[in-house]
Amino acid sequence: MSDQSLYAPRVPIFPRRVSGGYRTLKWWIMGVTLAIYYLTPWLRWDRGPNLPEQAVLVDMVNRRFYFFWIEIWPHEFYFVAGLLVMAGLGLFIATAAMGRVWCGYACPQTVWTDLFLVVERWIQGDRNARMKLHTARWDLRKLRLKGTTWLVWLLIALATGGAWVFYFTDAPTLARELVTARAPGVAYFTIAVLTFTTFVFGGFMREQICIYMCPWPRIQAAMMDEGTLTVAYRDWRGEPRGKGLRRQAAGDLRVAGPVIGGRSPLIPMPGLPNTTTGAALLAEGRDTRPPGDCIECNACVNVCPMGIDIRDGQQMACITCALCIDACDQVMDRIDRPRGLIDYVALSDAPREAAGGAPVPAWRHVLRPRNIAYFLVWAAFGAALVFALFIRPDIEMTVAPVRNPTFVTLADGSVRNAYDVRLRNKNGEARDFRLSPALDTEAEIAVEGHEGAVVRVPADTQDRVRVYLTAPADTAMARAAASDARLWVEDLSSGDRAHVDTTFNGSDNR
Amino acid sequence: MSERRIDPVTGTETTGHQWDGIEELNNPLPRWWLWTFYATVAFSLVYVVLYPAIPLLRTATGGVLGWSTRGDVAQKIAAANAGQAEMRELLVSTDLAMLDRDDALSSFASNAGAAVFRTNCSQCHGSGAAGAVGYPNLLDDVWLWGGTIDDIAYTVRHGIRNEDDPDARWSEMPAFGQILEDEEIATLVAHVQSLPGGQDPLAGPGGELFDMNCSACHGTDATGDRTIGAPNLTDAIWLYDNSTERLTDLISNGPFGVMPAWGMRLSEAEVRAVAAYVHGLGGGEAPEAPAPDAGDMPE
Repeated sequence: MSDQSLYAPRVPIFPRRVSGGYRTLKWWIMGVTLAIYYLTPWLRWDRGPNLPEQAVLVDMVNRRFYFFWIEIWPHEFYFVAGLLVMAGLGLFIATAAMGRVWCGYACPQTVWTDLFLVVERWIQGDRNARMKLHTARWDLRKLRLKGTTWLVWLLIALATGGAWVFYFTDAPTLARELVTARAPGVAYFTIAVLTFTTFVFGGFMREQICIYMCPWPRIQAAMMDEGTLTVAYRDWRGEPRGKGLRRQAAGDLRVAGPVIGGRSPLIPMPGLPNTTTGAALLAEGRDTRPPGDCIECNACVNVCPMGIDIRDGQQMACITCALCIDACDQVMDRIDRPRGLIDYVALSDAPREAAGGAPVPAWRHVLRPRNIAYFLVWAAFGAALVFALFIRPDIEMTVAPVRNPTFVTLADGSVRNAYDVRLRNKNGEARDFRLSPALDTEAEIAVEGHEGAVVRVPADTQDRVRVYLTAPADTAMARAAASDARLWVEDLSSGDRAHVDTTFNGSDNR
Repeated sequence: MSERRIDPVTGTETTGHQWDGIEELNNPLPRWWLWTFYATVAFSLVYVVLYPAIPLLRTATGGVLGWSTRGDVAQKIAAANAGQAEMRELLVSTDLAMLDRDDALSSFASNAGAAVFRTNCSQCHGSGAAGAVGYPNLLDDVWLWGGTIDDIAYTVRHGIRNEDDPDARWSEMPAFGQILEDEEIATLVAHVQSLPGGQDPLAGPGGELFDMNCSACHGTDATGDRTIGAPNLTDAIWLYDNSTERLTDLISNGPFGVMPAWGMRLSEAEVRAVAAYVHGLGGGEAPEAPAPDAGDMPE
């Protein structure tokens, strides 16, 4: 039917600088998140002589995760799983309460794009200058400006990729090795990959990542409801829109947002009054309503890092960064109209507000039963993790009875069971552990290769030893099919004791 | 084909597909997506040239790099062997009786020995080394030929009743079915069955028969002789079980258990490693000579 191209080129976006409450908040979040990312590996933490002194360290080689005073061993991976569950639930809460607030404020793609935009603006100038430069012929000046921008981006990207690898090994050591070209190849490779992705994603892909690559917008759409606060245009206040003297001139009005680039269609979400109807009536000269507050200054469109028009209604490409709110509020102040033509509004408020009702305060949208339920689940996980952290024992032993064979008969007729025992020493120095059976047992204990059942476990390691319990011939234990047994472990340097219950198989066990 | 049209709300062409009135918009793909697709195609062409790729009737194209998963494994095994070479040499040159003085070496030996055991020994002795009827249990404290680590290494190296190795352990119990009457064998069976219970080997109905036929190897106290592999008959362990049928058969026809001379198939380092592993299974005995009363291994 039409000769529409199968492929669409990216339409470049040149967001204008804006200032306001949300922009200030975003500067702070950007500063704090970037500082956390770049500086965390350099924080030191004293753990004693044999342990790393990096505060946050993911030690893959030795299978340890250090977080300040917390040390996670592989068998405690449930802490990490719990944190991931909390992160997931946290996104549930944020999305149900305030829509794509993560996308708009804290997502690395948003933060780094924002940072790259600062660089771009600093070197090339604001929106108009950048647009002019973009369409200008390639000459020395354009080459210099674009080249400088890309160089700074590349340096930021390099620092970003560089910071990542510091989380996995001692940062100062690796930094020295990196500079002197003695670092492992995988470090250089990781830095190269992350430098490339940061440079391309933050400098050139930008909104394309959010629209085409990220699965999160699709999931979020399912987690929002009509009570969720999202960035919206109060069209009942703004329409019919128009510019100055020509505001009544019908032909000037936009009926619906154009499809920009390959972006998804800009269809208003169900529930919002259809903006086309009023405008269409106006276009036909039959709308006799007084002009609305929107003066079609396009400030909201010009500041948008996604290049969309929020007045088209809720749409997939909107990351709710709220910069259009700041831009519109400035204009409303200037024309002496109340702020909030573009604002955080819930869909459920639209019909009531349109009919003249007062706005519902934001906290009533945040403190809804659904969000409170999410929060309670989230808090329960958090409390459980903290609880688990505090009841972690200092001495840890796991006992696995050897079942091949279940028991061994010895020359004197006594019956012996073997156990694979893992002893974990979480201290910074080697410690001696003495293993013993329960006091009232008939069985005697021996540890393969360790006199007196005392095992020395080196600092911060786990040792596996084979422990034997031997029940003398003709005792009840030796004859029974199975009886209860208990192994005690004592940390000889601290005197702490712990025990594990297990089973002893007698000669009747066949 | 169904009808394509321009969607009035978005101004986008539809694909003509519709489900219950919901129409699919024909949004164009981003151009960079197309370039990414071309890049993957280019990558695959390079890959096909460099690596094994296209299956043929009997084999596949090899790729100019000559890389293969098998070659990769062989390379890694070679690298692992090279990395262990030093420990192997140390293991061969170390006196086995002194092995437990070196924690790293003894841990290397018993881990390597566990692998050797699983591959070569578990078929007869079981994956848990608990043995089977006629195949000794290596976990207990009873040894036919001695339980020090050197004894075990010798047995592994030269085997038992192995004619290919002149140094093999050699035990020879006659088939008493050709020497004794059936009633005499029955009497001996009952006598042997009562030995672990404290029966005097030389007394009772079978005492005289035992003295004349068995005590030469098993001893007048029936505790056996390790130098000729004669088992102790007074302990609780039976290499074959103690049922009347089994013992009658054993005494009548003789036991002729064999074990390969592993020194002919395994390297000296592997023999020593598996000896260290077996010695550490719970029944290993301390070397006799150096320190008297050095404390035995678990009973």
